[in-house]
Amino acid sequence: MKRRSLQVWLLGLLLLAVGPASAVLEVTVTEGVTGAIPVAVTPFVWEGPGSASEDVGQIVGANLVRSGLFDVIARERLPQAPDGPDGFLSERWAAVGAEYLVIGRMRPEEDRVLIEFHVFDVLANQRLGGFRIPVPAEMLRRGAHRVSDIVYEQITGDKGAFSARIAYVGVVGQGDERRFTLEVADSDGANPRTLFRSNQPIMSPEWAPDARDLVYVSFENRRSEVFRHNVETGARSRLAGFSGINSAPTWSPDGKRLALSLSRDGTPNIYVMDLQSGDLTQVTRSNSIDTEPAWSPDGEVLYFTSDRAGSPQIYQMRLPSGPAQRLTFEGSSAGAATVSPDGKSLVYVQGGEGGLRLARLDLETRRVTLLTRGRYDKSPSFAPNGSMIIYSTTDRGRGILGSVSRDGRVHQRLAARLGEVREPAWSPL
Amino acid sequence: MNATIRWGLVLLMAGLLAACAQPKRDLTEAERQAMEVAAAEAEAAERARREAEARGLGVDRDLRVDPLDDPQSPLAERLVYFDFDRDTVRSEFIPMLEAHSRYLSQNPGARLRLEGHTDERGTREYNLALGERRAQAVRRIMNLNGARDTQLDVVSYGEEMPVAFTQTEESWARNRRVELVYDVRR
Repeated sequence: MKRRSLQVWLLGLLLLAVGPASAVLEVTVTEGVTGAIPVAVTPFVWEGPGSASEDVGQIVGANLVRSGLFDVIARERLPQAPDGPDGFLSERWAAVGAEYLVIGRMRPEEDRVLIEFHVFDVLANQRLGGFRIPVPAEMLRRGAHRVSDIVYEQITGDKGAFSARIAYVGVVGQGDERRFTLEVADSDGANPRTLFRSNQPIMSPEWAPDARDLVYVSFENRRSEVFRHNVETGARSRLAGFSGINSAPTWSPDGKRLALSLSRDGTPNIYVMDLQSGDLTQVTRSNSIDTEPAWSPDGEVLYFTSDRAGSPQIYQMRLPSGPAQRLTFEGSSAGAATVSPDGKSLVYVQGGEGGLRLARLDLETRRVTLLTRGRYDKSPSFAPNGSMIIYSTTDRGRGILGSVSRDGRVHQRLAARLGEVREPAWSPL
Repeated sequence: MNATIRWGLVLLMAGLLAACAQPKRDLTEAERQAMEVAAAEAEAAERARREAEARGLGVDRDLRVDPLDDPQSPLAERLVYFDFDRDTVRSEFIPMLEAHSRYLSQNPGARLRLEGHTDERGTREYNLALGERRAQAVRRIMNLNGARDTQLDVVSYGEEMPVAFTQTEESWARNRRVELVYDVRR
């Protein structure tokens, strides 16, 4: 892909007031890149009775802008859209400054909608691809995210992550009136759905590799316990309720095991639970705090936080029982590591004078790059394509979500209209 | 009716008398109501005392305050505060913890929950562990002072249950705490 020479600039633009009233998250791109690629996305023509339930072209355009890599040309500046791929005339699109063009149409077929769309490289005067995807009629918005993934991949060569979902914890009220919810929404914050409600805290949601289940910590029994919750069926079971704390669950890449931190023997250590048998294997044996395990994509290495050397720092350990090796040395503390999908870097929370910020550690060169400049940036989670990291931050004391591109250049905020949101987890694709 | 209320009454009456003694100060509606309530309670207390005497009960035992409810007792203190990222119990909290330990050893049926909390500076799961370590530090001191292990429950909420919500040193200091909660009092 042709990624432009990039300079950070301020966009300061409220991008999406995401459609229906049910939407709880509002997305703002606070910093993008100069040299974002101009793309024209025409309205997707509805070839059926009445009108479409979603403006697919608008959703696709908004997704592309949120990635920070694209600049979408305003609709009123677009020339008349061609009916199909044959009507494409590159000069008309070049004249409005578009480097790429997406045209599309939708046709209802019984209880489905068939979305057909084409991606053109305007400068090269060629069609990159044409696609037809059928989606259930009530899932047109999901279809639009799928279209966005394909467009993103056609232009950049990297997989899109727009059809992934995010889980997060919502909090409303204060003091004894506080209410906690576990929410699942589309990657743009739309279609939020409350999976679980409690008047006791909810923590640490993490997705299963098949994106069907979540694990999280709930205090519903007045202590930390680990639960598994199926997103589709709502089936729910308790996985860990040992004495002491039960925390920081995270699924192995093969979906068969869970790494978690338990203090059943006095101090928190990392354990691996076989989900079929329920058997536990103790991985670390220290008198320090060992927690926040994260798996390497091949499932062979666990990264975790430990304060065995005094302050919390990130360590790695080859399974089943290799020696623990310290990875972080910068800043006064480090924790909550999340591993990039390619396994080559960690993003983690670095503590220092300025507060808590996200940093990326290149596992090969051991170079550390600061990604954010907040004071309470925590709970990072990688997008499944590795392009972005979503995390918890604060805005004037209120908990909101932030996201940052892997290179630290594109920044967005996702704020709830009501209450606070935190601990986001990006689903696998 | 118990002695606390009695003493409260005496103090209240004294206060009201003092207030009355001040020239040109009318009683507010609230003060008048308080006086009426106080008078009614005094009457009820006197009646209860006479009835108790009539039944031959010792007045003193009947009027004993539950020490857990006595605001003058060190047992009224239920909060231990900590320094940032530390689980060391500062010496100023030792007398209070000794008093609770003594109470627990004298009341073998009593059960105390030790709830550990942290401020928001730190990662969430680490803080959950830190809160537990603080509660365990309190438990160790209470064990040494006579509380039985079976009387003490350790729970950590990490940073999830703050009591102060501003992002200031003052709020953080209030949030770094272990709360002593009696699940069973005797």
